[in-house]
Parts: sequence; C-alpha cells; structure tokens
Amino acid sequence: METTPIIVTCELTKRYNGRTAVDNLTLSINEGEIFGFLGPNGAGKTTTLLMLLGLTEPTSGSAEVMGLNPARDAVKIKSKVAYLQENMGFYSDLNARQMLNFIAELNDIKGKQADERINKALETVGLDSEASKKISAYSRGMRQRLGIAELLIKDSKIAFLDEPTLGLDPDGANRLIELIQTLCSERKITVLLSSHMLDQVQKICNRVGIMIKGKMVAHGPMAQLAKEKLGVDNQTYSLEEIYMRYFKES
Amino acid sequence: MQHLKTIIKKELSDHFSSYRFTIIFALIAMVSLIVAYMIGINVRKELEGVAKPQFIFLMLFTSSGNLFSLVQFVAFFGPLIGLLLGFDTINRERNEGTLSKLLSQPIYRDTVINAKFLAGVSVISIIMISIILVIIGLGLLVLGIVPGIEEIWRIFIYLVISIIYISFWLGISILFSILFRSTATSALAALAVWIFFSFFVAIGASAVADALVPDIKQDIKVAGSEADYLRSRIINQFSLISPMHLYTRATATIIDPTRKTTQTFIEIGRMESISIARFSGTLPLTQSILIVAPYIVSLIALTIICFALSYTIFMRQEIRSF
Repeated sequence: METTPIIVTCELTKRYNGRTAVDNLTLSINEGEIFGFLGPNGAGKTTTLLMLLGLTEPTSGSAEVMGLNPARDAVKIKSKVAYLQENMGFYSDLNARQMLNFIAELNDIKGKQADERINKALETVGLDSEASKKISAYSRGMRQRLGIAELLIKDSKIAFLDEPTLGLDPDGANRLIELIQTLCSERKITVLLSSHMLDQVQKICNRVGIMIKGKMVAHGPMAQLAKEKLGVDNQTYSLEEIYMRYFKES
Repeated sequence: MQHLKTIIKKELSDHFSSYRFTIIFALIAMVSLIVAYMIGINVRKELEGVAKPQFIFLMLFTSSGNLFSLVQFVAFFGPLIGLLLGFDTINRERNEGTLSKLLSQPIYRDTVINAKFLAGVSVISIIMISIILVIIGLGLLVLGIVPGIEEIWRIFIYLVISIIYISFWLGISILFSILFRSTATSALAALAVWIFFSFFVAIGASAVADALVPDIKQDIKVAGSEADYLRSRIINQFSLISPMHLYTRATATIIDPTRKTTQTFIEIGRMESISIARFSGTLPLTQSILIVAPYIVSLIALTIICFALSYTIFMRQEIRSF
C-alpha cells in the first residue's frame, strides 16, 4: 500500500517567457501518504500542482497522476483530485450551499446524493449553521473549511492543498491541520500539502520535498534529511533547521 | 452538455441578480417606452390624409418621431448592451481566482467560454424580445391596429438580426476580457472600438472619398453629379467595415418594405431608378430578405470570427498571470 506511487513526474519542466518556473522535477508520491511540499514563495510549487492537474502544459518532461497523463486526460484526473488553491477562489456572492451545489453539479453528483453529501460535508467541517451565509462574509478559516468540504463532496482520492494555513491564526491553523490529518487517514487520501508552517508540516507529513527556484533540492522522509544535513539521528531535529540549511546553501 | 447547462444557469443567475443588468434594463425599458409613445403619436399625424396606408405597424420601428427611431436607437446603443454584459467575463474571474477553481473541476476548458458566450446571448435575447414586445403592446394600444402576418415575420427577422448584432459586440468585449487583465482596461478598449466604428468610420469614409474624388462641382456641373455618385459609392464601400453600418443597412430594408435597395438614392443608376419608380408597390418579404442576405451573412461571419478568436486565445492562455 505504502509503496505504490500514485503521482510520478519525470524531468517535468515549465518555462514562462524565458523564466524557468519548474526545472527538471522528478518526484514520486505514494498512495495514502501526506507529502509536504516546501519552498519559498515563487519556487514553482503552484506551477507544479497546476501541471499535475493539466491546467497548464509542461514545456518538457512528463507526469502521471493515478496512471493518467494530465496533458491528455485532465478531465478524468480533475474528477479525482481536489485542488484547494491559495485564495480558495469561491464565488463570493454565492452562499456555501449554493457553491457546493455548483461544484457537485460540475462533478456529476446530482439530486439526493448531492444533498446528502453536502449536508454531511458541511457538518464535518462545522459550517452547517452558516451554510446560508454569503461566502463574502466568511473569514479565512471558514473559507478553508469550505474548501475541505469541497474535497469531501468530490470524494477525491488525491488532494492538492496549496498553502491551506496561510493567513490563519495559530489556533485556526492547528485545527485545520488536524482536520486534514483525520480526514486523510480515515479516507486514505493522498495529500500534497504546500505550506510555510514548518512545525505543522513536521507534525503530519510522512515525507517532504524542498523546492527552491524551481529545483527540488531534497526529498525524502524527514529523519533521512535530518541525518544528511544536520547529522543527527534522534528525534531532536526540527524541520525548520533542515529547511534553513537547504535554503542558505542554494 | 450537462456541465455547459450548469455553468449557463449560474451565469444567468449572476446576470439577473447584478445591479448592472437592472440598470441596463431600466434604461432600455425607459427609452423604448418613450420612443414608442412618441412614435405612436407621430404616426397618427403622418397617416392623416393617406388614402390606403400599408405596414403601419412597422412604422413603430422606423418612424423617427421627434428624436430617433427604435431601429436607429438599437444600432447605436445596442452595442453598449453587449459591451456591458461581456467586458469583465474572464478577467474578473481571473482576478478573483475563481477561474482556476472553475477549471480545476472536471470540465473541459471550452465549456467555460461557450457557456459564458451563450449566457450572454440569452440575456441579449431576453432584453431585445422584451423591448420589442413592449413596443408591439404599446403600438396595439396607441394605434389600435393588429399587425399582419408579414409584419410579424419582418419584426421577427429584425429581432434575429439585432440579437446577432449585439452578440457581435458581446464577442468583442469577451475577447478584450481575455486579452486584458484589468477590467477597466477591457471596458475602455471595448468602448474605444465602439466609438471607432460609430464615429470614426463615418468620418474616415468621407475623408477617403474626398481624397480620391476631389470636389469639382463648381467647375463642371455634369461632372459634379458623376463625382457625387463616385463619392457616395466610396463612402459606402468604406463604411462596410463597420458592423454598425452592416446592421443599419440590413434592418432598414427588412423593417421597411417600401425600400427596394440598400443603396442610397445617389448611387442608383438612371435606368434602375426608372424601373423602381414604375413598380411603386412594396417589396415582398422574400425579396427583402434576398437584398439584405449578404449583410446578414457578413454580420454572422463577424460574430463567429470574434468568438473564434476569443476561443482560441482562451484555450492557449496560461491560467496564472505573471
């Protein structure tokens, strides 16, 4: 189970007008794991996620998500992958229920099944009492939870979470991370989590990858990276130290 | 198809609940009511003493009343409806980040642009149909005449041409909303195109005609009329690049059966004018359609080109902006 790769990329490269956003990215992510995707802003994390979803075409190299090629079977991939982008991108003049209904319809979930799933998802993320409020009145944390509800409705096998804790207060961020962790272990969802809150990443991720200026400078289990970079064997390392070490080196 | 419907439904509900739509609709309803009422009163005066009037109902659309006729009004201000409905179609979604949310759902990318265009066309149709119904209703009240079958057909064809014409402007504004990141820029660009076609083409056409055929009327009287004829032709050919001109020409002949040609009087040759004068009756519907067919086809072609351009650019564009 732990060893089947569900996302594989091979020398994936993306250039925007002469600037290389993602440079020869080779990566494999196993089914059911939570992969921490780290790196400074503009390192190419979001671009990588967009390429895996087929929303933008790679300049060269290839990728496979659940055995499908994003350049050709984007629609099939998108029906199985939930992508929560940085700013969430919900229509702010809809209310939560309307938004989820719209998403359900686009995912061919209809009628009673859609209602059931929406009610259940809203309850799970704790938004059932505010479901008829317009999304424009939602706080950041509520929007993130609504994003998690979307993930539940789509019943995705893979989730791409792009900075889900950005701009949340520490308590809200912790609760969100916990929510993600429980849901993923319950439903065996593979998660690609990009975040700057390294202590949280350290808490829930199995493996991490550090991306700097489009290049994946290191990836693997955290203990292994700690051993390589810091030369420590026990549990005393922090991910932040590892990350800073890599960041200064590049 | 299912996804297309879902997005169209959402777009329509967005349009109908927006203040923008309410304002457009209020404005248009107001103007068409005023126009219809003025004309209704004017038509009565115009018809006094006419022995056997024909196609009175159509005069509601063509008679210019005190200011302008409805046909002129739509030709001039119809584009604004299209521009207002479309100028922020894509770039607003891009700026708010909802575009990537929408596209990360399992749908094809073209579904989004198709749905947006179709939703716009539906709104335009609803606006045009209601304006025409209001005018027909007022016409029935003020004039007390029931329109004949042919008149209804002519009004229907006029309606279809108008919808295509305004859809062309919708296409232009959607194109700009794809090209420009900022909604203000795309709105201004669209307005600039509208002003270009409505004022500059007309001025440009006469400038070109002046340059090619200098005014020699003062010297030789006979050559003067020849020159007038040439000038008028040049102005006409040149104006054909403007969709506004195409639309005015196409609808004028459809809605006014007494017109037998899209040409102006100066352009008509001597023999032609004699033959026209001999058959002074109105033109049958099929003949009217034949005369304006090229204009209608050009309008449809322009609309399709515009949409195809938006489509291609949208399909190739990067989701993220840098």
